[in-house]
Order: sequence, then structure tokens, then C-alpha cells
Amino acid sequence: MKTQVEEINRNIYDFKNDDNYEYKIKKGLTPEIIEEISKQKGDPDWMREFRLKALEVYNKLEMPTWGPDISELNMDEIATYVKPKTTLSNSWEDVPEDIKSTFDKLGIPEAEKTSLAGVGAQYDSEVVYHSMKEDLIKQGVIYTDMETAVRDYPDIVKKHFMKCVPVSDHKFAALHGAVWSGGSFVYVPKGVKVDIPLQSYFRLNSPESGQFEHTLIIVEEGASLHFIEGCSAPKYNKVNLHAGCVELYVKDNAYLRYSTIENWSKNMLNLNTKKAIVGKNAKMDWVSGSFGSKISMLYPMSILNGEGSRTEFTGISFAGGGQNLDNGFKVVHNAPNTSSVVNAKSISKNGGKCTYRSLVKISSNAPHSKSSVSCESLMLDDMSISDTIPTNDIETDDVEFSHEAKIGKISDKTIFYLMSRGLSEEDAKAMIVRGFAYPISKELPVEYAVEMNRLINLELEGAIG
Amino acid sequence: MKQNLLNITNLHVTAGGKDILNGIDLKINKGEIHVIMGPNGSGKTTTANAILNNPMYEKTEGSIIFDGEDITSSKTDEIARKGVFMSFQLPEEIPGITVTNFLKYAKSKQTNEPVKIFSFKNELKKYMEELNMNPNNMERSLNVGFSGGEKKKNEILQMLVLNPKLAILDETDSGLDVDAINTVSKGIQMFKNENNAVLIITHNTKILKNLTVDYVHILVDGKIVKTGSQELAKEIEENGYSKYKN
Repeated sequence: MKTQVEEINRNIYDFKNDDNYEYKIKKGLTPEIIEEISKQKGDPDWMREFRLKALEVYNKLEMPTWGPDISELNMDEIATYVKPKTTLSNSWEDVPEDIKSTFDKLGIPEAEKTSLAGVGAQYDSEVVYHSMKEDLIKQGVIYTDMETAVRDYPDIVKKHFMKCVPVSDHKFAALHGAVWSGGSFVYVPKGVKVDIPLQSYFRLNSPESGQFEHTLIIVEEGASLHFIEGCSAPKYNKVNLHAGCVELYVKDNAYLRYSTIENWSKNMLNLNTKKAIVGKNAKMDWVSGSFGSKISMLYPMSILNGEGSRTEFTGISFAGGGQNLDNGFKVVHNAPNTSSVVNAKSISKNGGKCTYRSLVKISSNAPHSKSSVSCESLMLDDMSISDTIPTNDIETDDVEFSHEAKIGKISDKTIFYLMSRGLSEEDAKAMIVRGFAYPISKELPVEYAVEMNRLINLELEGAIG
Repeated sequence: MKQNLLNITNLHVTAGGKDILNGIDLKINKGEIHVIMGPNGSGKTTTANAILNNPMYEKTEGSIIFDGEDITSSKTDEIARKGVFMSFQLPEEIPGITVTNFLKYAKSKQTNEPVKIFSFKNELKKYMEELNMNPNNMERSLNVGFSGGEKKKNEILQMLVLNPKLAILDETDSGLDVDAINTVSKGIQMFKNENNAVLIITHNTKILKNLTVDYVHILVDGKIVKTGSQELAKEIEENGYSKYKN
């Protein structure tokens, strides 16, 4: 069964025309606010100027005219989202009960709970990672927070910061450029292979880092890295907009695997931008789990610029009642002999909506390229919605291209079969969903896979949100 | 006197608005093997499904007592945990869940205690050897890409692992070659003891060859029209059901 996307609510655009422009500017983002942010962060001049330029772009760009309805995001009030947290009273008492109980169910330690909830003091992970970091430092690997990188490695950062995702990309990229804060910086020098996955798990801790965080990873020629970002506990922010940015540079013959589980509290609009530029014979692998959030518009992108470069995307989205997850993957084949493989899955229940929105572009300068896309949706009831909106733009004949989409429901027969083996109906459904998600969870390090399964069970129980 | 395990009284069942079972009476005691034979559409599979209370089938009259408890309206999983097992004609495929993990999980639900992994895997290996199953199947997704024969053997494997009080085999032998039928029959012999029972639904007698069958029931138009010994199965194989049809 295939359900059509609902008519996009255009109220926001109509409204805009009637609006008083003067009033809006007053309440919107101003250079003064940006200056204030920049000062608080101790930016060097070049970064302050960068922010101000991004603000100009932000003020010029329109809201997206496609995808889910994000009209609840009051852009007139955007200043209150991005102003340094003077008006926010960050206290554990303010964290919603459902999120607190989810922490308990996931077995998150007390110290992390408070930091994940965005209300705790910095959770000190330095001790845990100290010995590992020593090793990496010897090899010249830099792994630090973004603010430190701006201060200590200005040349590398200047050369790469928002060059992969330019501020002109879309309105929220511009917003990000103007107000970004927190995030991770990783630099892997030429030829260095980092054996163990680097995790930003414990880095998602400073109170404001979950909203406009910037991740910049540079894997130099012939180097390799597995980077894991996020964690499966719901990340609570008082403000309901997340516009992070991830920029990944995979140089010639390099390898980068970027794994992430995003689980936002269910009041959140997740408008995250992630892009990778992939060099000659290099490979970029994405593993992505998207949980939580009210609306998500998340389309990681690989730009295959080098001849023989490859990318693989493995992702899963889980939408429950009241959630609209508009996720997908974009790839641009920009050189000969490039290849892309996409394996996207989605689960929707209780009226949740999952859309797979994708772009495959194979340029005329990319002969002998291959692209294979498979997306599969599982709906757990009749109320839920699933859709696939692929855009394929193929400018050369000399390609192998396939796109396969499957939309299905859990059959009563399958549930009866499992129940006849002693599983309750809930256990049976959970088992089917876990099995469905297995091709994704098997790509994750085991502790994350375990957490993802636990998370799926919690979502099925409806224990979250 | 033998202890009663299953007692079906005057069972009427409809499915999709059609009357399928029209008053079935069936008593199975511990230690017995029963066989139900009957022409296509006579209600054999419905009987099996009704015992496990498949929600696709509606009971309009009658009762089912299992091991002293009324299970007429119990949920399928409760009935299963009380000790009823059914081998399916068309076992379902569960992608992403390995045979081992599935059985481990089902077993823990059945016994209500955690499964000891090492001894469990050894037990599984032993059974798979006996059933001439490829040991690699243990780590394959349940029934996904299995041949018809592999699926049926996998049902018998599940029966052995879960060790129910009553095993209902719904045409487990259909579509199998002679060797596979002998393997299934061997599985039944391994399972069978004085404290459990087997109900075999079948069209042919090959599977019964090495088994000591206590009763054969002929089911026609949703009613048991005759009950006899193993000889009755032979007679049906030779002469068909015409004698019992209206």
C-alpha cells in the first residue's frame, strides 16, 4: 500500500507576504546578536566576519518550499533560539519525565544523563580516552572540540570550514554559519590508519552543543577513520530547532566511515546538513539511525569528485505518532568509475510518517559509474504513512543504475507464527522490527547496536514520548 | 488409565463467514500419536489453527481443554507456552533473525528463564545433525531462502528444542522427498515419549511407517466421520475418501 504525501502546508509562505517586514527584522537575527555570540565564544576576527557574512546570506534566503511543514518554527522568534542561553534556566527538574525514564531504561549512567539532557556540567571523558589520545597524538591525529580547533588550527579550519557545505546551501546552513557552537574536529594525517572508532559520544555534553554543533573531519590521503557521533538516548533541548552541520573531507585513497544515531526529543525540528567530498579511489561510508524529533529533514550527501571514488549509505528511520521524518541520501557522481550503494529502511507506527527523499545525480563527466538504491519501509499499522520520493538525474548513458523500493506491513500470519512459538504479540512485532533493522544495526559497533535494539523496543512499547 | 492431554468437545469454527468445522470431538491422551486424514478443504488445517486460537478463525461453539485447562479463548502465545506446538505447512520467513537467536528467545519465553548459550548451541547442533540439516543454517535468517524441505526440517528442529506437550504437525510431510520424510519421521520418534503426544495431519502414510499410531481420524466436511487404527490409514491410501463423502 502506498500513501500519497499530504499537501504541503503553505501557510508560512502566505503569511510571510502579509507580514510587516520592519517588525520582522527587529525580532529577527541582528548583527548585534551575532557579535555577542562571537564575543562569548572568543572567536578570532576571521570567524566573527564569517558569522556576519553568513547572517547576511541567512537574511536573504527563503525558507524551503518543499518537504514537511515546518511552519511551527517561528522564524521571527529565531533570535530567541540562538541568543546565548541567558534566558534559559537549565535545570534537571525541567527535563520532561518521559526522557528521564528513557535514560533509566537505556541504562545511561547518572553523570551522562544530566549532560545528555543538556543540563549537566561537562562530563569528563578525558580520563577514559586519555591513553587512546596519547597514541593518536603521536601519529599526528587531532581530535578536539570545534572551538579549540578554530583557535589552535586556524589554517586547516579556514581551508575547510563551510567549504563543503557553503552557507549559501540553504537558509539553515546560513543560520548555522552565523550561530554555530560546539562540535568535533578530527584531522587524520596522510597515511595514518586509526584502528579504533573515534566516538563523540561523551562530547555531546556541553549544554549548547546539541543545537548548532559543527563537525569537521578531514581524512588525508591514504588515511582511514571510523567516527561515531551521537548516542541513542534522547537528547533534550529546551529550544526546538537543531541545525547542525557535518563536513567530511575524504582525500585520495582515504577511507571514512561516519556512523551516527540521532535521537532527539520529540519536540525537535531536526534540520541537519551533512556532506562529504570524496577524492580519487577514496571511500565514504555512512551509517545512520534517525530516531526521535518531531520533524526531521536529513539528507546526508556524498560528492564523488575523484575518479574511482565510492560511497555507501546504510540508514534507518523510525517514526512514531506525531513524527514526520523526511530523510534520505544524496549522491553526486562527478568523475568516471564512481559508485554508490544505498540501503535505506524506515519504520513507521501510530500514524508516524517516513519519507525517503533522495537524489542520484550522475554527471556527463562520470561514465562507467554505478548506482544501486534500495529502500524498504515497514508500516506497523494502517494509520502510518510511508513514501518514497526519488530524484534521479542521469546525464550519461554509460552507467549502471537501479532503484528498488518496497513498502510493506507486518502480516498477521507472521505474527501468528511467532506467537505459536510462545512470543507475545508485542514480542513478535519487536522481533520482526529488530530483524528488519538488522542490516543497519550490524553495521554499528556492538554497544551501539545493542542500544539501538533497546531503543527500538522502547519505541515499540511507546515508552518514549 | 492414560492421562488426558487434549479434549475437544463439539467444536464449531467459521472462517471468512464460512462454516468449516461442524462439531468436532477429539480426545488425545499423553503418550499417544493421533492422525487426522481427510480430503482437501475438510477442515484439517482449521482444526490445528483452532487449537492454537488463530484469530483468523472464529469459534462459534464448543470447547478445548488442554492439560486440564480451558484454552478455548486463550491467546495463541499463552497456549504455546502451556505446551502446544504446531508445525506449519508454510513456515513464515523472518529476515534478520537467525535460527539460533530465534530459538534461544522462544525457548526463554517458554521456560521463563535465560538460556545457557553454550549448552543450547550444542543441543541445537546435535538435533541438526540428527535431522541432516546444514549446520550453517543456524546462523541464517529464520526460513529466509530455505528450500521447502529445509523449512519443514526447521519446524521439526523447533519442535525438538521447544519440547512441547502436544505437537501438531500440519502436513509436514507434504512436498518432501522420501529421505526428508524419513528424517521428519525420525524427528518425531526422537521427540515422542510417554508424557507427550503428537497429532499428525497428513495425506499419505509414508510418514507413519516407522511410527506407532494409536488412532486415525477421518475428517470430512468439518466432522470426524470415522476413527480407527493405523489400518484405517492404509485403507484410505488404497481407496480414497469417496466412501466417507456424502
